[in-house]
Amino acid sequence: MAISQRAARALLLGPAGLWYAGLLVLPLVVVLVYSFGERGAAGGYAPAFTFAQYANLGARWTAFQNTLLLAPAGTLAALLIAYPLAYFLAVRVRERWRTLLLVLVIVPFWTSILIRSYAWIFLLGGRGIPHLLAELGMGDIRLINTPFAVLVGIVYGYLPLMVFPIYVSLEKLDKRLLEAAGDLGAPPWRSFLQITLPLSLPGVATGSMLVFILLMGEYLIPQMLGGGKVFFVGNALVDLFLQSRNWAFGSAMSVTLVAVMLVTVTLYMRFLKRIGAARDDVGLM
Amino acid sequence: MTYATGHHTVSAGAAIAEFVNTSKRYGEVLAADRLNLRIEKGEFLSFLGPSGCGKTTALRMLAGFETPTEGTILIDGRELAAEPAYRRPVNMVFQHYALFPHMTVAENVAYGLRQRRPKMAKAEIATRVAKALDTVRLGEFGPRRIWQMSGGQQQRVALARAIVNEPKILLLDEPMAALDAKLRAEMQMELLSLQRSLGITFILVTHDQQEALSMSDRICIMGKGRIMQIGTPRELYDLPANRYVADFVGRANILPARVRTASEGRAQVELSGGLAVEVTAPFVPTPGAAVEVAVRPEALRLALAPEPGVPALAATVTHMTFFGEHIEYLLAHPVLGAVQVMLPRQAERALPGAGVGARLHILWDPGSGLVLGQD
Repeated sequence: MAISQRAARALLLGPAGLWYAGLLVLPLVVVLVYSFGERGAAGGYAPAFTFAQYANLGARWTAFQNTLLLAPAGTLAALLIAYPLAYFLAVRVRERWRTLLLVLVIVPFWTSILIRSYAWIFLLGGRGIPHLLAELGMGDIRLINTPFAVLVGIVYGYLPLMVFPIYVSLEKLDKRLLEAAGDLGAPPWRSFLQITLPLSLPGVATGSMLVFILLMGEYLIPQMLGGGKVFFVGNALVDLFLQSRNWAFGSAMSVTLVAVMLVTVTLYMRFLKRIGAARDDVGLM
Repeated sequence: MTYATGHHTVSAGAAIAEFVNTSKRYGEVLAADRLNLRIEKGEFLSFLGPSGCGKTTALRMLAGFETPTEGTILIDGRELAAEPAYRRPVNMVFQHYALFPHMTVAENVAYGLRQRRPKMAKAEIATRVAKALDTVRLGEFGPRRIWQMSGGQQQRVALARAIVNEPKILLLDEPMAALDAKLRAEMQMELLSLQRSLGITFILVTHDQQEALSMSDRICIMGKGRIMQIGTPRELYDLPANRYVADFVGRANILPARVRTASEGRAQVELSGGLAVEVTAPFVPTPGAAVEVAVRPEALRLALAPEPGVPALAATVTHMTFFGEHIEYLLAHPVLGAVQVMLPRQAERALPGAGVGARLHILWDPGSGLVLGQD
């Protein structure tokens, strides 16, 4: 029995379409509507049409500040650590060791992030690294519950997401291009800057996007390693919806976070496109 | 001293590159085995051989991508065996072009000039790039992206990217392998005229003997990592030094024989089966020695009856293949086995009714064929 083009398309897109409509679009609309409402007398939501929640965003400015500082910083730090690693794995390592080393990059993912974060609490806490440093005579250094602790946590947690896209783009890079660059008079470091780096930008873009977007919505790591002192928008949202029960204000904050993310991501893509003279045949993402 | 080649005259004595006992070993594999070769300034030299014969290794050692394990390489009188590629006065056209996909055509061509230190002025680079693109007839294509260019055009970009640097030697690694037959023939003509006008030494690596024969001043036949013979296309075709060359360049019947008498240039040999024929002898073989004799299919003739005074082999036609301007016969001889004979179309008319199964006489004119040396 032949299936018409329309029926085939419906079958292919139906499940995902329903999923996204019910669990993404609809909730987003609800959040958008709530963001113009008011806090109910006993908490929750009361219908209204007011911009009061948006006007009040300044009250939670610190959460935005932390997120907008630590998410890009975490992305950058992950990039700076992941690129040399990915380069090493894709270009320098012998074929037979490569798979093993790649598996080692993912191995931490086999344990829950919750457990790994507990490990960091201990490492960065008073009896961990600071204790060791004190023994070495470095004085009293506090690490846990600082922005630094959160930064370490997020870079540690999201590093593989950065390594893999960069690895893939470097791995498929035609090594003959580097021979050609050498043949034309470019010493190795210049052929890296002029050939390897620009051609691996799609991987850099994908990795940075993955990490950055996830970091913007991060909740767990600031909660555990920031100890309520260094909190993200995500932590503020949990507080607003579950503790303060101000759903309208929480919704306004969510909408703002989505908007900020859209703007930042767009700007970043534009920037990469410009410096990479991005090709039309290879989309950046 | 000068020697005339098929195409033009090259002044000998001015070596632009030289392999001196150059070997390259990868673990157990000897990819290049004691190469000794002088490449003259301005000549078009081809390395010809099947895959794995060492021709690409030889080229890559010249380019600087491989370091010889033993021996050395001189370029323009300087010993360069340990010099990295980016410091050598040679440029390469790569087999799959290896064009930079993130740059325009003009940026690709400008790449080599941009690497010069001290830096070359931007205006000077632009002028030279435009001139190089004109040379390969791509004057209008500078701002195009690489993926917008056809295979033949990409080939030209690769060529322009190399010649713009005015290298002492241009290395070409099977540059036409990916082009279709018609485009390849065009490109061969263009390459030749480019080489004549630029006066740069060209070194071509190819497995295509037609390409090597039609383009080269000299050909270096490679096999098993060794140089099997060096010579002009005519020398290689007419006087192959050994079985390997006779077999690889053109087609040849290779027949076992025993030397009867030999003098300078000529030898009387007795083929297996007893027929005595007179063949060319590039060297004087020892009378009584067992040798191999090579004879080109087009050097033999066919007739319905033997001619007086011409040695002939009686054989049966087993295959006939029509190629338009010539016809190829495959005949079976009871002792020598299969013998190929190629006749021009008009010669077929002298053989009425000589189809498959016919019994014909293969005529061996004096001086046809030659005695082969050891590989």
